[in-house]
Amino acid sequence: MSEKKTPLSVMRHRLAWPLLTLFLLLVVNTVFNASFLHVEWRDGHLYGSLIDILNRAAPLVLVSLGMTMVIATRGIDISVGAVVAIAAALAAWMIGGSVSAGVSRFPMPLAILAALGIALLCGLWNGLLVARVGMQPIIATLILMVAGRGIAQLITGGQIITIYYAPFFFLGSGYLLGLPFSLFIVVAVFALLYLAVTRTALGLFIQAVGINPTAARVAGVQARRLIVAAYAFCGLCAGIAGLLISSNVKSADGNNAGQLLELDAILAVTLGGTALTGGRFSLVGSVIGALIIQTLTYAIYSLGVPPEINLVVKAVVVFVVMLLQSPEFRAEIAIWVRRPALRGMRP
Amino acid sequence: MSATLKAPGAKAAARPPLPAAAASRFNPKYLPLAATISLFVAMASLGSVLYTGFFSAQVFLNLLVDNAFLVIVAVGMTFVILSGGIDLSVGSVVALTTMVSAALVEHHGWSPAAVIPLVLLMGTAFGAFMGFLIERFRLQPFIVTLAGMFLARGLCYLISVDSISITNEFYSEVSQLRIPLWEDASLSISALIAALVLLAAVFIAHCTPFGRTVYAVGGNEQSALLMGLPVRRTLVGVYTLSGFCSALAGVVFTFYMLSGYGLHATGLELDAIAAVVIGGTLLSGGVGYVAGTLFGVLMLGIIQTLISFDGSLSSWWTRIVVGVLLFVFCLLQRLLVKRTSTSS
Repeated sequence: MSEKKTPLSVMRHRLAWPLLTLFLLLVVNTVFNASFLHVEWRDGHLYGSLIDILNRAAPLVLVSLGMTMVIATRGIDISVGAVVAIAAALAAWMIGGSVSAGVSRFPMPLAILAALGIALLCGLWNGLLVARVGMQPIIATLILMVAGRGIAQLITGGQIITIYYAPFFFLGSGYLLGLPFSLFIVVAVFALLYLAVTRTALGLFIQAVGINPTAARVAGVQARRLIVAAYAFCGLCAGIAGLLISSNVKSADGNNAGQLLELDAILAVTLGGTALTGGRFSLVGSVIGALIIQTLTYAIYSLGVPPEINLVVKAVVVFVVMLLQSPEFRAEIAIWVRRPALRGMRP
Repeated sequence: MSATLKAPGAKAAARPPLPAAAASRFNPKYLPLAATISLFVAMASLGSVLYTGFFSAQVFLNLLVDNAFLVIVAVGMTFVILSGGIDLSVGSVVALTTMVSAALVEHHGWSPAAVIPLVLLMGTAFGAFMGFLIERFRLQPFIVTLAGMFLARGLCYLISVDSISITNEFYSEVSQLRIPLWEDASLSISALIAALVLLAAVFIAHCTPFGRTVYAVGGNEQSALLMGLPVRRTLVGVYTLSGFCSALAGVVFTFYMLSGYGLHATGLELDAIAAVVIGGTLLSGGVGYVAGTLFGVLMLGIIQTLISFDGSLSSWWTRIVVGVLLFVFCLLQRLLVKRTSTSS
């Protein structure tokens, strides 16, 4: 309708607002901290605030990518935090908490595979409950959210397992070619997913399922299989995130690992412009959304604001974003904007 | 047959009259509630057989005493879920209430007589605000109450990062006070408040226009609107009620813990939702009973009691068992919904 008339047509692009937000946050950080953009070579790898943000955002980016696929199919997965805890707990238990740094209980590749396997199983379980049993996504994943932390504590024996096995630390805090290794994992997952949804019909099918499941099924799309796959992928992403987190903090805490991660991931997806009602989704948007959250956290810390305010700022951001996404709110704003203009024309 | 004759008019009007053969059978919509009550009785008998000292009035009264705040929160949640929504902010509103109460009483020397009405008003206003956003701008309840959860927790930390313990006489006296019932069994003030809230909620749900409208909106919002029911007012009212219940639960929780802390009642929203579901309320809205929620809470309580009586099981088994129960009841609900939709 009025889209063609506006001179600021660039702002109509769906990634414009997320990018602008990220840019503003970077500017704020730079203004208050002159060395923010400074990246230098130290101890054989790149060092600086930007690198730090990228490294710390890696688990959230991964989970957000998984969440994007689930939300695109009109679902939601609130169990990712619990899956992170389960994967981290299993990896930590299999590698073992023995003090001698060179020994692990099971070989590390086996531990990693087992952690990813159990995360995939969690995702499959969610997917089957949603697609086969037909439960509402929130409730289906609520079951695992409640039970998951119990399972994680069952694995760790209710304690925080400290990991001493040095090679495992490479995943979350190692460097490859001067960049954090976690970054390579994120880029690999993103590239694979991006190719899958843009170069094959997969992306189209997922959008079809999200926009109208019945129509998609009638058109011959295997809706159920796609939904199961989306949840399984989300579980797998949470598993990788769990490995990164436990490797970074060198321990696994069944109770607190990945706490509130599901909410951050949903927030990242929403910030990236993917509507929670399913259908159109943006992988790049979700990555930007996750980076916005991490940069915001960094800004709050570097501004010297008490970190507790973080939650309040996030709440305000969520309120603003969802109001902007609401057609009713936009209509109301439009009325308010137009009224004075009409009055002005009527002399 | 007599059961169908006695059924209230609104319910009979909401669905087409069943054939006589189906009506004379046990109404399947009571099945989840019946399953919950029988499971509760089974668990209680199991505990009584296995552990000495389990079968006493005080053990069962303690279920109510220790879960008074959960009963109150879950009652508010029942209305929200009956209307087809969800409220994730309840746990953090409880925390905020304890925090504001503790800060005002301890740091600013306010009287509890002023603090308690103030925090109740605050919780109610918080709920009304979220209800307004949900209703006015057609936002998803999940996201709005999620933001509300962030906001309330964040406000807690803005007041203080550390726990504030309450030494005020009124609070400590109320927390100590026990009302003797018979022999050596007694009830706390909090449990009494919870019981009163429950009775009031049953009355509101089944005997007032508001309660009827909540069921109608949850059953089918479009139809409720076409029937000329005040849908918008009811939707805001449901979240306002939940906010009030959360604040009241926060007051009760303050009596229980005698402190204000931003980490109080984390995950309470999950327990409340679990209690409502186990109590037989359909998450798609429109079907369920407030009384069922009581049994849902008692079920969570008796699992904890059984595990603590056993002594060899660790506390995390509670979460796993609650998860399994949740799964079983959701499955049961799905089967029921499927059966009713294929039979009609």
